Amino acid sequence: MPALLELEQAYAASKKDKEFQAELGLLQKTYIGRPTPLYLAKRLTAQLGGAKIYLKREDLAHTGAHKINNAIGQALLAKKMGKERLIAETGAGQHGVATATGAALVGLACEIYMGSDDVARQSLNVFRMRLLGAKVHEVTLGSRTLKDAINEGLRDWTTNVRTTHYVMGTVFGPHPFPVMVRDFQSVIGREARKQILSAEGKLPDYLIACVGGGSNAIGLFYEFLANPESPAPNPVRMIGVEAGGRGISLGEHAARFAGGSVGVLQGTKSYLLQDDDGNVLGTHSVSAGLDYAAVGPEHAFLRDTGRVQYAYATDDEALAAFEQLSRTEGIIPALESSHALAEAVKLAPKLSNDEIIIVNLSGRGDKDVQHVARIKGVQL
Amino acid sequence: MKSRITKKFQSLRKDRQKAFIPYIMAGDPGIRRTRELAHILEDCGADIIELGVPFSDPLADGPTIQAAAQRALSGGTTLHTVMELVASLRAVTQIPIILMTYYNPIFKYGDERFIADASAAGVDGMIVPDLPPDEAEGIMELAKKRPFDTIFLLAPTSTEERISKVAHASRGFIYYVSITGITGSKLTLDPSIETHINHIRSVSDTPIAVGFGISTPEDAAMVSRFADGVIVGSAIVKRTSDPDKDLKKYLLALRAGIQ
Repeated sequence: MPALLELEQAYAASKKDKEFQAELGLLQKTYIGRPTPLYLAKRLTAQLGGAKIYLKREDLAHTGAHKINNAIGQALLAKKMGKERLIAETGAGQHGVATATGAALVGLACEIYMGSDDVARQSLNVFRMRLLGAKVHEVTLGSRTLKDAINEGLRDWTTNVRTTHYVMGTVFGPHPFPVMVRDFQSVIGREARKQILSAEGKLPDYLIACVGGGSNAIGLFYEFLANPESPAPNPVRMIGVEAGGRGISLGEHAARFAGGSVGVLQGTKSYLLQDDDGNVLGTHSVSAGLDYAAVGPEHAFLRDTGRVQYAYATDDEALAAFEQLSRTEGIIPALESSHALAEAVKLAPKLSNDEIIIVNLSGRGDKDVQHVARIKGVQL
Repeated sequence: MKSRITKKFQSLRKDRQKAFIPYIMAGDPGIRRTRELAHILEDCGADIIELGVPFSDPLADGPTIQAAAQRALSGGTTLHTVMELVASLRAVTQIPIILMTYYNPIFKYGDERFIADASAAGVDGMIVPDLPPDEAEGIMELAKKRPFDTIFLLAPTSTEERISKVAHASRGFIYYVSITGITGSKLTLDPSIETHINHIRSVSDTPIAVGFGISTPEDAAMVSRFADGVIVGSAIVKRTSDPDKDLKKYLLALRAGIQ
């Protein structure tokens, strides 16, 4: 608790700190490469024969995913707080790479916790983290994926709290993490809104993003939630896409809204895949970044109020979208983002040509190439 | 209504004694063994028993208790079966029993139903490390109506404001975590621990028990100089499958250290 209160105060101060904000702004521009483009996927649009599909190209951000937006923000904050060491959990490895990058950038030591199943399927990112000077701890406990990596990260933080900042990678965990991570990611939606208004002169009809913990989705949605230009009955509609895995049966998926109930895990009350006794269930997804038993509490709120709809895509649907975007647009998407694309593939043909969908292409798929080859039985 | 825990500390205080509070994981490796262990603990001088209720994601626990929780869960142990065990123990012993678990099993069971059923079963209090008093107002209100203690944790990093809040919310005793870390870690006592504990005493009369990382009779002796009670968990859990003779010898040595 004292560490969380300290963090809450430091974060609140940083929001008012002009120097901090200027430094973050400069790094977003010159280091991360923001703003990331909003790209009209013409061939995919033509192929699906319905709504216009724009891709918010977070895959072009430094290190290849939106995770860097948050990691750089928290790394700067930790430095400001006088911490010596950053730790983080990672699922797909993108947040681990982003945190290792942030640590190198500001000159802090870095250790990353990653489930052993994820280490196996995302070995490229493990090596990247090591190249960046981070120590990677393989977590062999529990489900050996993201949830257990967070557990170990929080245990480390409890032990080394005086010297260490825990860089939560998603909009989960105890306050202030869900708010802070959302704020650092909301740059995605602020840019997308300006970009679509300049390209089309109007707001989009739909926003689609994949939801593991939910940071890229909140990052895109947040700016559009208030939405004064197009009030009800025509608000921007938003769809969060969870991992349907092998289908919605116990232990085979990570669709918390489809198969979960309200619970408390890792300092957060939200939807959770759990048994009748409150123990957390195992999950499955082809994508390590979505393979998580709980979802950010703000998503739970947006779901319960009906403001955002939540759907899921199965492993097979995501893999098909992964290949479709690669061939149609020359963009290899992350398997996580492929879940959002799979929803766009389903939705676009049902809409008219003058409707607009923005899909958050939250990361690039280089990290997944080996894993997809394995699934397809291709020897590299 | 005074709980068994409060009565125990009052009688210990009168005799100038300190409490020995061993922890075991219920259902590890089976409920029958837990029942045997409860009797062994009492026979070896335990004043209060802390009974772990297994949870899939025990954030405050180190590898020993994590593994014990996994074994207990594999054997089908639930919050409900642990309460049944306590109810059956109440036919033979009146030793104070505290459940230590995490909030989700309680939340899923229902706060109100949990307090009612646990209290009816003869449970005397709860320690829930992921439920700070800031989030526990509802459950504290429910517990106050019964002889059921809500025990909260303080750590070496706690600020004065936290100390005051936690000390006032805690009933039965205050759980002082000896180290910054998780259960089963090596004990490296902060030199300021005594000052810290004296400060807690200046804001509250509630007894203070110290736990986390205490594994040897020497550790227990050192901590008992300034605490009202000593909690030993992982080091006992590691030995619960040892021959009873060895386990008893170890427990008696701990007991002897606590003065």
